Amino acid sequence: MNVVVCVKQIPDPATPGKLDPNTKTLVREGKLILDDSDAYGVEMALQLADKAGGGEVTLVSMAPNEEVGGLRTALAMGAAKAILVSDESLKGADALTTAKVLAAAIKRAEPDLVIAATESTDGYTGTTPVQVAELLGLPAVTFAKHVEIDGSTVKVDRQTEAGYDEVECPLPALVTVTAGVVEPRYPSFKGIMAAKGKPVDTLKVGDLGIEAPAVGQQVVDVAAAEERQAGEIVVDEGDAHERVVAFLEQLKVI
Amino acid sequence: MAFDKVWVLAEVADGKPTGTTLELLTKAREIGGAVEAWTWGGEGSAVAATLGAYGATKVYDTGDLGGALPGVPVAAAMAAQVQGGNAPTAILAATSYDGRDIAGRLSAKLDVGVLTNVVGLSDDGTSEHAVFGGTTVVKAAFTGNPPYLFLVRPKSFAAEESGGGAAEVTTVEVPDAGATNAAKIVQRHVEERIGPKLDEAAVVVSGGRGLGEAEKFSMIEELAKLLKGAPGASRAIVDAGWVPYSYQVGQTGKTVKPTVYIACGISGATQHMVGMKGAKNIVAINKDQEAPIFSIADLGIVGDVHKVLPKVIEALQSRA
Ligand SMILES: Cc1cc2nc3c(=O)[nH]c(=O)nc-3n(C[C@H](O)[C@H](O)[C@H](O)COP(=O)(O)OP(=O)(O)OC[C@H]3O[C@@H](n4cnc5c(N)ncnc54)[C@H](O)[C@@H]3O)c2cc1C
Ligand SMILES: Cc1cc2nc3c(=O)[nH]c(=O)nc-3n(C[C@H](O)[C@H](O)[C@H](O)COP(=O)(O)OP(=O)(O)OC[C@H]3O[C@@H](n4cnc5c(N)ncnc54)[C@H](O)[C@@H]3O)c2cc1C
Repeated sequence: MNVVVCVKQIPDPATPGKLDPNTKTLVREGKLILDDSDAYGVEMALQLADKAGGGEVTLVSMAPNEEVGGLRTALAMGAAKAILVSDESLKGADALTTAKVLAAAIKRAEPDLVIAATESTDGYTGTTPVQVAELLGLPAVTFAKHVEIDGSTVKVDRQTEAGYDEVECPLPALVTVTAGVVEPRYPSFKGIMAAKGKPVDTLKVGDLGIEAPAVGQQVVDVAAAEERQAGEIVVDEGDAHERVVAFLEQLKVI
Repeated sequence: MAFDKVWVLAEVADGKPTGTTLELLTKAREIGGAVEAWTWGGEGSAVAATLGAYGATKVYDTGDLGGALPGVPVAAAMAAQVQGGNAPTAILAATSYDGRDIAGRLSAKLDVGVLTNVVGLSDDGTSEHAVFGGTTVVKAAFTGNPPYLFLVRPKSFAAEESGGGAAEVTTVEVPDAGATNAAKIVQRHVEERIGPKLDEAAVVVSGGRGLGEAEKFSMIEELAKLLKGAPGASRAIVDAGWVPYSYQVGQTGKTVKPTVYIACGISGATQHMVGMKGAKNIVAINKDQEAPIFSIADLGIVGDVHKVLPKVIEALQSRA
């Protein structure tokens, strides 16, 4: 079974995101890393391909400056190869533009299953994967907290407001996974060494046979959110619970 | 730019429109001329009165979806209306499971973008977005042609009745979406919850990794019960399997705005705070004085949850 995993390479979330004051698009400088959210997808894909007894896991990513930092991490986890689309014309792309590019790249790998995360850590629109599915004419099951392959059917426990739904869908299909669907492995030393030699096919938009899609939305203003002020801080000396009770009393919730 | 006609994706739970649906309808009335709602699965007639009371004049319903996940068929039905000439200026949906599925599909079908994580919307066509875990507010606008798609975060707007009569229900046809419509629900599972709903409770008591082990979550449940509130959780302990996902507060969980939010053993990651910093009052108990949660707490207790919580519980029990 061939699986494609969409992996986003993002700035380290430990350093807060910034928007360029002039272009009002995300500042993407410095090293990019594998989005944590996508580590679950990579692990899921590796486990499913393994259980199916064959097939390859291919990574697909769109990122500026031919960035491969995050791809190397996912390759070190065990993916076989990667397709990277990197093109100056994609600067400031919105989710639909991203989806068009990813869809065209995914097509090349002819997957039975496409896996993405429910949402990325930096942009978190959570719409890209479904847009990809629609552009590829694939059914999709989102918010998977458990995934199994049974012959040519994918069986998913899909998170819902009330609990979860068991959903079945014939392959080929796209599935988005939530954090916690599986526990991502740490790349081994051997894996890290092997990753250095694995193929990364770096493409421009033109190589995909599509035109640079137009972006239909624009950020017009950026401001810091209103901050809440810190209140009183009390160090517990054995009687802090009295303060909590008094506070609740004052608010008339007890 | 004013919005001539606004469509609202109306989600129904337990036979009633969700709170967010009513928030969206109220906003739609404010920014738009006509307000119309969409439902699926034949729920339209049961909720037409409530949708009307919040401003919808019309409800489009897809009828029974035969177990299909709503994303594909609902988007297909909406796209067919738009392409047939019945097009709104804007479409509002909640940042929910089905809301995102439908908006994503529709966006690709109509070749229009989606503005997401919307927390504000004005009739000049600009939207406000909470980004970077809610630390930054960005204003955005569409530059292309309508319809404009907005995915709105719950609790962004207040819901107010308009006093309108029941909306007129029209059943619309769902075009054959072929292979894309192959995902089918075979079994639903509902997780039992006692007490008020997390996103409606006046008091929310949440626990995080600082509780140390799953069994200690019972302290959170006990305190929530004593305060007639709802227990909540950080993602750390949801991922660890201590409590179901439906307890999660934050960016990928519920947005809550209770009278009091009590965070116990929660560090205060931006992704958690974006879901609770709209609370009227915040109490935090954490043993680390440097924990970010203290920066937004009205009352911060630097202490061990295992020492403080049992005493709070005991004090409340003795009052009962
Ligand atoms: C703060 C901020 C706000 C934004 N708001 C909007 C908005 O409202 N509307 C809009 O259209 N765009 C928006 N964007 C742009 C959008 O984030 C990017 O276009 C991005 O490439 C795709 O969206 P996402 O990161 O939100 O992905 P999501 O849809 O959240 O990602 C889900 C999954 O899709 C896959 N995926 C997404 N992007 C890639 C990629 N480049 N390569 C490989 N796999 C990928 C990954 O598996 C990822 O985990 C915003 C960006 C930022 C930084
Ligand atoms: C894309 C994305 C989406 C996310 N969405 C969410 C979301 O929706 N909701 C969410 O909550 N998180 C979310 N997160 C995760 C978030 O970043 C944090 O990892 C998470 O909130 C941490 O949970 P925590 O505070 O319980 O754990 P920790 O950060 O580990 O904090 C535990 C705290 O407990 C304190 N502590 C330890 N022992 C004690 C004790 N005995 N007494 C008192 N205090 C003690 C510690 O000092 C510490 O501050 C998301 C992350 C990403 C990347």
